[in-house]
Amino acid sequence: MSHDPWIWVAAFLTLCIFSFLYKDNPFYRFAEHLLIGATLGYALPLIWKNVVTPKIIVPLQHHEYWLLIPLCLGFLYIARLIPKYAWLSRWPMAFALGTGSGIAIPLSLQAGIFKQIQGTMLTKAMLSPSVTPTAHIIGNIVMFVGVITTLIYFYFSIKHVGTVGKVARVGVWYIMLAFGATFGYTVMARVSLLIGRFQFILHDWLGVIK
Amino acid sequence: MRRTGPLKLCLICGVVMIIQFFIPHRFSKNLFEEAVHWLIVCGVPALVIGYYSIFHVHWTKIRRKREGWGYSIIIFAAVIIVALIGFIWGIGEKSVFMKIYQYMTMTMQATMFSLLGFYMASAAFRSFKARTPEATLLLIVALVIMFGRVPIGESVFIKLKLPNLVEWVLMYPNMAAQRGIGLGVGLGIMATSLKIMLGIERGWLGGAGK
Repeated sequence: MSHDPWIWVAAFLTLCIFSFLYKDNPFYRFAEHLLIGATLGYALPLIWKNVVTPKIIVPLQHHEYWLLIPLCLGFLYIARLIPKYAWLSRWPMAFALGTGSGIAIPLSLQAGIFKQIQGTMLTKAMLSPSVTPTAHIIGNIVMFVGVITTLIYFYFSIKHVGTVGKVARVGVWYIMLAFGATFGYTVMARVSLLIGRFQFILHDWLGVIK
Repeated sequence: MRRTGPLKLCLICGVVMIIQFFIPHRFSKNLFEEAVHWLIVCGVPALVIGYYSIFHVHWTKIRRKREGWGYSIIIFAAVIIVALIGFIWGIGEKSVFMKIYQYMTMTMQATMFSLLGFYMASAAFRSFKARTPEATLLLIVALVIMFGRVPIGESVFIKLKLPNLVEWVLMYPNMAAQRGIGLGVGLGIMATSLKIMLGIERGWLGGAGK
């Protein structure tokens, strides 16, 4: 059994949360609220050290006073708490949303659309058995068909009847396959976390397994 | 002015950021970096709103002695204690602050997520019925992914080369559907960003001070 008090704290909190498997109880609720509080408390010094100091304090110490403009703009957010002046909070929001949208549009066009289309396109080399293994050739064709059919399934401006309906149906199969894969992956991730917790209890805390 | 001013600022910021993307010049790059810096600086005071909000909710709960008000004290205590430890003794790798993160926050988060493994399994057991061919496909793919990712699956289905099959499924048919969905998301981001910039989407203005 471990002699490290931190291990005991972690084991107690782990058991508190696992107790929810029986039913909602004060131990679980204690751990739940402690998690919220600790996470909020953890964020403050981190933000201070990694954001406020290098991005605001240090530049201001180096006489970069123009940074006071976004800082003052940011403080207008707090006007949201005073009903009479709440409209002032629209200014920092306008700046954040406008700049964010302006950055998002070309980036989304580049990474979310052009790169994806480029990755789906079939080239001669991708279909040539002398360059690409057979499994990958089949995969490339499967990928091309999958992207087209999935997109057609999500294209609701035309009725899904006749040929379009049949193609959209293939798209549904692809989507269900992807959902199955995502589900399987998510379950495995959770199970590996669970194994990690049991390993901690049985190995780190109780020392019953090596 | 209370509505049109922020709308104009939003449009100007958006247009400037789009234009800078298409100008391959050092000035343009600097402008982008500065805009991101301003966004971060402007966002810092918004944290006050977040912390105020959670403190307000829990303070009201304590003041009115609502059910479970004792747990709200735990939140307050945890925030204050963890933040003070971070500010006073630092946030270095071997500090008490990091121990709290490692043995409390991380432990509780991992246990919470591992709990979901139980609930996902029970929900799947109740709802996963192979009623339609699509649902059967989802079920089979989920099982194949789960078995293919553990050593037992590899040794039981040795002739099937399950890990290779899983890899292929994830790489091609799964990726095809994900890509199709991703393309839709990319177009959605662009459309929403444009709507915000052009003032068609005005939900963010809120109702305060027409």
